[in-house]
Amino acid sequence: MNNTNSSSIAGNAPGKPPRSRTIERVRSGLKKRHQAERRFRLYGRVAIWLGLAFLALLFVSIVAKGYTAFEQTYIRLEIDFSADNLGLGIQRDRAALSRADYGGLVKASLRSLFPEVTSRRDKRALYALVSPGADFILRNQVLEEPNLIGITKSLWLPANDDVDMFIKGHTERTSEDSGRLKAIQHRWIDRLIAEGRIEKRFNSTFFTAGDSRDPELAGIRGAAVGSFYTLLVTVALSFPIGVAAAVYLEEFAPRNRLTDLIEVNINNLAAVPSIVFGLLGLAVFLNFFGLPRSAPLVGGLVLSLMTLPTIIIAGRAALTSVPPSIREAALGLGASRVQTVLYHVLPLAMPGMLTGTILGMARALGETAPLLMIGMVAFIVDVPSGIFDPSTVLPVQIYLWADSPERGFVEKTSAAIMVLLLFLIAMNSLAVFLRKRFERRW
Amino acid sequence: MNETKEAVGQADQFEQAEVIQVVATPQSTARVHREHRTTIGECRVDNPRMRCTDVNVFYDDKQAINNVSLDIGENEIIAMIGPSGCGKSTFLRCLNRMNDTIDGCRVIGEILMGEENINDPRIDVVPLRASVGMVFQKPNPFPKSIWENVAFGPKIHGLYDHKSELEEIIVTSLQRAGLWDEVKDRLDQPGTGLSGGQQQRLCIARTIAVEPEVILMDEPCSALDPISTAKVEELMMELEEQFSICIVTHSMQQAARVSRRTAYFHLGDLIEVGETEQIFRNPQHQLTEDYITGRFG
Ligand SMILES: Nc1ncnc2c1ncn2[C@@H]1O[C@H](COP(=O)(O)OP(=O)(O)O)[C@@H](O)[C@H]1O
Ligand SMILES: [Mg+2]
Repeated sequence: MNNTNSSSIAGNAPGKPPRSRTIERVRSGLKKRHQAERRFRLYGRVAIWLGLAFLALLFVSIVAKGYTAFEQTYIRLEIDFSADNLGLGIQRDRAALSRADYGGLVKASLRSLFPEVTSRRDKRALYALVSPGADFILRNQVLEEPNLIGITKSLWLPANDDVDMFIKGHTERTSEDSGRLKAIQHRWIDRLIAEGRIEKRFNSTFFTAGDSRDPELAGIRGAAVGSFYTLLVTVALSFPIGVAAAVYLEEFAPRNRLTDLIEVNINNLAAVPSIVFGLLGLAVFLNFFGLPRSAPLVGGLVLSLMTLPTIIIAGRAALTSVPPSIREAALGLGASRVQTVLYHVLPLAMPGMLTGTILGMARALGETAPLLMIGMVAFIVDVPSGIFDPSTVLPVQIYLWADSPERGFVEKTSAAIMVLLLFLIAMNSLAVFLRKRFERRW
Repeated sequence: MNETKEAVGQADQFEQAEVIQVVATPQSTARVHREHRTTIGECRVDNPRMRCTDVNVFYDDKQAINNVSLDIGENEIIAMIGPSGCGKSTFLRCLNRMNDTIDGCRVIGEILMGEENINDPRIDVVPLRASVGMVFQKPNPFPKSIWENVAFGPKIHGLYDHKSELEEIIVTSLQRAGLWDEVKDRLDQPGTGLSGGQQQRLCIARTIAVEPEVILMDEPCSALDPISTAKVEELMMELEEQFSICIVTHSMQQAARVSRRTAYFHLGDLIEVGETEQIFRNPQHQLTEDYITGRFG
């Protein structure tokens, strides 16, 4: 109908082709069309499978390398908390207790297990079976419970990382003394195993401790909390600023040269390498404003600068996708522009804005380079307790551990990657959830 | 103009309109503008709600309305008809300054409402739009509950002191829009979940909840089925008692059924205006006659 009409208006009405011929032509082309469709679908599937395969490869290799980090080798020792062993005098106040010789307790216990060890060299090797962190564990126990003094107690204490690696099978037994563990230490370990004094247990230290030079004492908590504070600062700054900028540019700003220029610049900023933002942060926040080094506050400021363009661009896209009829409806009722935006446009654009923000945050969470510039790469043992404390973040922690020579940090690196991935999955699920949640309203 | 008319002789209305634009614009628009048509018929009424004098509208450099003068009377329905693209919507949007929202659109001329020239840029559009409401071609309820749809206008203008007053406004608005019985049990459900005709009546309810003096309707029934159309028309005739209504329509029958006066636009000119009966029975201008007898547009 349409066809004939327009052709007659155009002036060359060649007469309607017989109906059967049309169908014939359609039929003859049909096979080709179906083929094209199948081919297209195949391409899509192949692409998705390839993507999934790479993802699986990544996950498998990381999990395979890292899952052992969630376990830790412990040695059971009878600890005699006698005042003698502790080197305590008559004083029992807190200061005296915290100054006491807890290393001595471990050593005494080991000596009583292996009375035949006498030479100084062998003794040192023997003491090296237990982690230096055992001292702190004992001290904390005594400080918490002072009436332990005078009692003998059987305790599980963390083994040194070399023992841990050996028990987990990451290092081989060597006949000579060339490896990390000497032959004599292997013999002691065998005896401890035979006596049931060695056990692999859940590694809670990994989730409760900050960084350490000793792999068996190193934990992810410092970096995770640092990341949390940094992202908190980032989101608190970049979300409101980004949304306000997007709303102003999209709904209020006149379209002229200046706004065009601003738009070009925002798009440019989104593509600037992140290290440049780090340098900027170093020059402005640290050197000029004198803000503390390595602090989540500064990290958050730098990452806000980095994510702002992303949030603004996503926000503007979300605003343009709100149908203009909604704006017309509100304006036609006499709503001011601010009312129109606040009551109708912004709520409809929110899911898109939140998604953009969370994706920006996910990118910020994985960012390393700009944070190196502002000193978040420092070795920090304490878990930060605020945005002003020196701290590090998850990706930087991964970088630091990957760079450490100790064999024990290899599995820690992979475990830290797993934690980071978990964070990312959580954030992206939150993005999906929020989008669904806000969209479901209508 | 002659070859235009012949070329599109038998095609149906919608397609015709498109063709006219394509075929007629290059040479004939220019001629039309040089000629400067004067309006046939009486564009003035006693006691007008709104009085437009020499209104010109430009989109950037392109003129969409030429020197249109027209009165909107008290409690009357005035229909605006004409082929697509002749500027009916543009003119309608001048009356509540909705053209302000379009970049590059300039409105020149005087539009008096009472003593005030509402086309003065110093005039605040918020109270203006509260007294000149608008219903759009495509039903556009807010994606919120039916209740909130109607409540929005009274809320932003602060038309009530207590919640009970708001409730009364909402109920009466929905009743007058003939929608109350259909939605009274589901006021908390989304307005976007209603049928097209119901949505359009919801939009009307939303508009009258603000108690405007004039209601502008831009092809309010073009997206509706005949039954919904009949309901909306019935509604308009009831509302005439209280409001002035300007309706743009593509349906000649609709214009004939509901309006008291009719204005015929052509390529930005107001060609003819007068009592609806007279326009339809005895059009003075050749273009008007061609249009209403269905010879084009
Ligand atoms: N936003 C706009 N920008 C530029 N030109 C426009 C715009 N809206 C309408 N026009 C032009 O103005 C003329 C009148 O349009 P319109 O008022 O929508 O006609 P109608 O409602 O009678 O079909 C048309 O030629 C159209 O192309
Ligand atoms: Mg129109």
